[in-house]
Parts: sequence; structure tokens; C-alpha cells
Amino acid sequence: MKDETVYLDNSSSTKMDERVLEAMRPYLFEKYAVASSEFGYSLGIKAKEGLEDARSTIADKIGADAEEIIFTSCGTEASNLALKGVAKKLSEDKDHIITSKIEDFPVLKSAQSLEKEGYEVTFLEVDDEGFVDVDELEKAIDEKTGLVSIQHGNQEIGTVQDIEEISKICDQNDVLFHTDATHTFTKLPIDVSKTPIDLLTLSAHTIHGPKGIGALYVKDGTDLEKLMDGGFQENNRRAGVENIPGAVGFAKAVELVTEEENERLKEMRDALIKKIKDEIPDTTLNGPAKDRTPQNANITFHYVEGESITLHMDMRGFSVSTGSACFSKSLEASHVILGIGGDHERAHGSVRFSFGRYNTMEDVDRTVEAISEVVERLREISPLGKDK
Amino acid sequence: MADLPYTEKVIEYFKNPKNVGKIEDADGKAKEGSPACGDMVSVYIKVDEETKEITDIKFESYGCASNIATGSIITEMAKGKTIDEAKKITWNDAAEELGGLPKMKTHCSVLAVEGLQAAIADYEEKHGLVKEQKPTTKEIVEKRLRHVMNPMTGLDVVRTDLINDIKVKDGVISLKVDLVEDHQFANAIKEDIMEKLEHLWDIEEISIEFKDS
Repeated sequence: MKDETVYLDNSSSTKMDERVLEAMRPYLFEKYAVASSEFGYSLGIKAKEGLEDARSTIADKIGADAEEIIFTSCGTEASNLALKGVAKKLSEDKDHIITSKIEDFPVLKSAQSLEKEGYEVTFLEVDDEGFVDVDELEKAIDEKTGLVSIQHGNQEIGTVQDIEEISKICDQNDVLFHTDATHTFTKLPIDVSKTPIDLLTLSAHTIHGPKGIGALYVKDGTDLEKLMDGGFQENNRRAGVENIPGAVGFAKAVELVTEEENERLKEMRDALIKKIKDEIPDTTLNGPAKDRTPQNANITFHYVEGESITLHMDMRGFSVSTGSACFSKSLEASHVILGIGGDHERAHGSVRFSFGRYNTMEDVDRTVEAISEVVERLREISPLGKDK
Repeated sequence: MADLPYTEKVIEYFKNPKNVGKIEDADGKAKEGSPACGDMVSVYIKVDEETKEITDIKFESYGCASNIATGSIITEMAKGKTIDEAKKITWNDAAEELGGLPKMKTHCSVLAVEGLQAAIADYEEKHGLVKEQKPTTKEIVEKRLRHVMNPMTGLDVVRTDLINDIKVKDGVISLKVDLVEDHQFANAIKEDIMEKLEHLWDIEEISIEFKDS
């Protein structure tokens, strides 16, 4: 691949920071032993130290105690563990679960699996910007409700839910609250010592950390069933040899994020949204203008199809993604765009641009220039349009 | 760029499609939409009245790469052929000409072939060339309406029950649309329905009833 590729799919995954690799290296080639207790051999003790330091770093970032962090193989596993692990411990008179229609697949599919197993699941509607109505949530909670799972930031359209308010309502009603923070962790403040969150999903590869490592925050005292049988790792809550290089890399990635960087993401996001709005006719911003994740812009270019846009963009060296059914392996249009009341046409021409550490303002200009040309070209071919 | 699921020829036609556009005074035209993915394609033909040869053909696409490439190749394949010859062009012929298409993209590309067939059928209907004039039945109407998209769901209007109570009697088709008349899509759907049904040889009137507001 050419160096001048402009990568704008950082919500799918990011380029790992080289400093992360440097932090991981000793745990791959020197302190590679399995983590062991203080009664083990020294190589294992050193490995264990690395693991526990990483755990503390991640816990500190969200105001948790280190013991409340369980390392998993990824964010998907963390969300599966949160929903299924909690559900299996819910008593029979508390088997109602509430989530939203626009959750990312790990939560959505876990909830659907539980529904098949006999749990009652409510999938809350969202408004046209993707927000869960807090009053609707309150109405949906009844004496049988055991768990609520509402994401922090949306994967596609960037909507940031009011988890302060949502978690409070859950707390007042004595209901457990899980939030998937994959797209907000390190980018927006999260403090579980102040906000009554019981479970929280984290991932490393979306913040320039390594793939293959995620974590679940589980508030002390929360009952959780293990999903995989095996050893007693992670306080007997997640079996399998710990991915120590991954955990160390994850912690390093957390340390490397700065407020300046988050500000820069917002500036690039806002510049792109404004430029597209000013320069390309017939576009719609998907998701809110305010309360939006710093890295995310999602825009529908009417009268054209998303896979055609992404393919043309790719040929020009830009990586972006689309919610068009034609692009997805399942041939299903984005459930998020449909969930905010958009029709298939809106999903058909939707493009997500997601920024990361290695993007620059110059990338924004180049991207808008390229997409402007691509859209104009495809509109010439299209049977649809204002003057057609 | 990494390896794509498309052949070089598909990419070439996708980048530089041939015969793109509209023919204002077309002799036959059709617009086909795919219920599965939301793609759409329009095909316009000019036909020599004497020789029945397709003298000009153009297409427009609101679709993905395979849709655009197939639209392009079938216009090239059909140009210069008589309508009877062009009718025989299948999706397989088009796919072969393109060096193959991904399996899961079949429906996006079939659409372009259906568009050509429908444009020819439109020409034949308008010029009284339909040989076997079967009387129009409810089933025929339904079959045609399966090509009209319900813009709210991206699926066809019959499958989504947006259109119901179809009756055919004495040259009149009557049907009900489950939308109020001032709904934002009401007009577009009405136009699509008219386009699909108005050239049926034994139909004189189409009565479309909307829901009471």
C-alpha cells in the first residue's frame, strides 16, 4: 500500500502506535512467562507485575479499582461477558433486559441470543439523531428488569448518550447498567467512581493499541458467570492464559492519549462536516451536530450508492466505510441509519469518516476534494436527483 | 490498492462506464429497482422501426460497482442487435463478458439485465408487438408491481403490503395504497405504479386509492 493513503476508518480499527509496540516487546521476548503468584518463579512474577501495572493504568483512567478490570480478547468478548455473564446470574423474577436498537453488534446480538433463550428483551427506539429517550427508558423499566445496556458513543453516527442520567435512573431502580464505551474510551471522560456504572466495555485497537485485547470493568460485588471453562485467571472470571503483551500495550495506548489530541480530532471532524456541507449539495449529516464522538462524521450523499463511493475513494487512496447494504457481507443496510428513522436511500449513500492520531487537516482538505469529485461523477450516472 | 473482488474489466467499466445517460425521446424505457439492496437502474433504447435494430441505448445507475459495470456491458452488447436478439442476452452472458462477478453481487447485476429486458418489453407494448396477448390478471399485476420499491423499507411494495386489494375487471385495474395521499412518497409511488401498468394491452384505466387521512 502506498504511504499517501488517507486512512479515515479509525472507528473500525487504528494503526498501532510504535511506542505501544516498544512497551509490549519485553513481554514478548524477555518476560514471556505465564503470570504467576508471588510464590512462582521470577520470570512469571515479572510478567505478573506487567499485567497488574497495565490493569491499574486502565482502572485509573476510568476511576475504577484495579480488581474491577477483567482483561478479555476484545471488546466483543467484553460485551458478551457483560450481557450473558450477568443474565445467567439474574434471578428468574429479574429476567428482563433493556437495550437500544442501534447498539453495536456485540451487544445487539448478545441481547438477541438471550431473547432466544427465553429472556424478555426490550429494544428501545431512538430519535432521529440516535438518542435514547430517558423517559422512555424509565417507562420501560419494571420490577422484572435486571439489566440495562446502552452504549456510550455510537459506532456509526457518533451519538453520545446521556449515560450520567441513564445510569442514575438504573441505580434508582436497582437495575444493573452496562455501557459499551468502545468509541468513547480515552476520548470523553468516564468516571465510574462518580457515575453509577456497573459494567463497561473497553477496547484497545480503536485507540492505537494492539488488536486482540479488550477489557470489561465490573463493579465490585456484581455477580458474573464465566463464559469459558478453563483456568482461574482474572480472579476466576475469565479463563485462558492472559495476553500480557496485549494488556501492556493496551495500557501504553491509554497513556499516550492527550487532551490536545482529542481536541484535534474534534477540529478535523468539524472541518470535514462544514466543508462537505458548504461544497457538496444534497447531503445529510447522520447523527447529532452536538454530543457527538470526537472522531466521527457520517454523511449521506443523496442519489448515489455507498459501495461505489468507497471503491472510487479507495482507488484514489482514501479508506472510508459505508452503511449501504451493497457494502456489507450480509447485504443488510445499516441498522443504525434505519434505526434513526432513515430510509434505505439514506443508508444507501451514507459514508462514515472516522479520524485518528495520524490524520491531519491536510487530509480533511484532500478528502473533501476527492469525495466531491467522486460524488459528482456518480451523480452524472444516477437516474435520481433534483433536476432529473 | 489491494486485490478487489472484481475483475479488471469490471473495474474498468466501473471507472469509465459506457453509454451513460438518458435518451429523451426513447422508444422504450424501463426503471428497475432491487428489493434486496436498494440499487436502481434505468435503461433507454432507440429502435429502428424497419429493422427492429437497437440503434442507440443508454443507462443510468443508482448502484454499486457490479450494477454500474453490468449496465455498461449490456448496453454495449445490445447496441446494433435486433430486439429479438437482444432479448436473448442473459445475466450469464453479461457476467462472462465481464470475466466473472462475485456471487453475492448477482442481484445487483441481474438488475441491469432485467432493465434491458423491460425496456424492450416497453417498446413492444407501445408498438403493439406483444405476440401472445394474455389477458391481464391479478397475478400479472402483482408480478409487475414487485419491481416497485417501497422507499420506507427498500423492499417491494407487494411484499411489504404497501399495495393491496388489487382487482382487475373490464380493462380497469384498481388497487389501494396504504399511505395517505399527501405522504412524501405518495406521488413517486403512484408514478411508478402507472409506469409499470399503463401499457398493458387490455388495460384502459388504473384506479389508485390512497388511505383516508
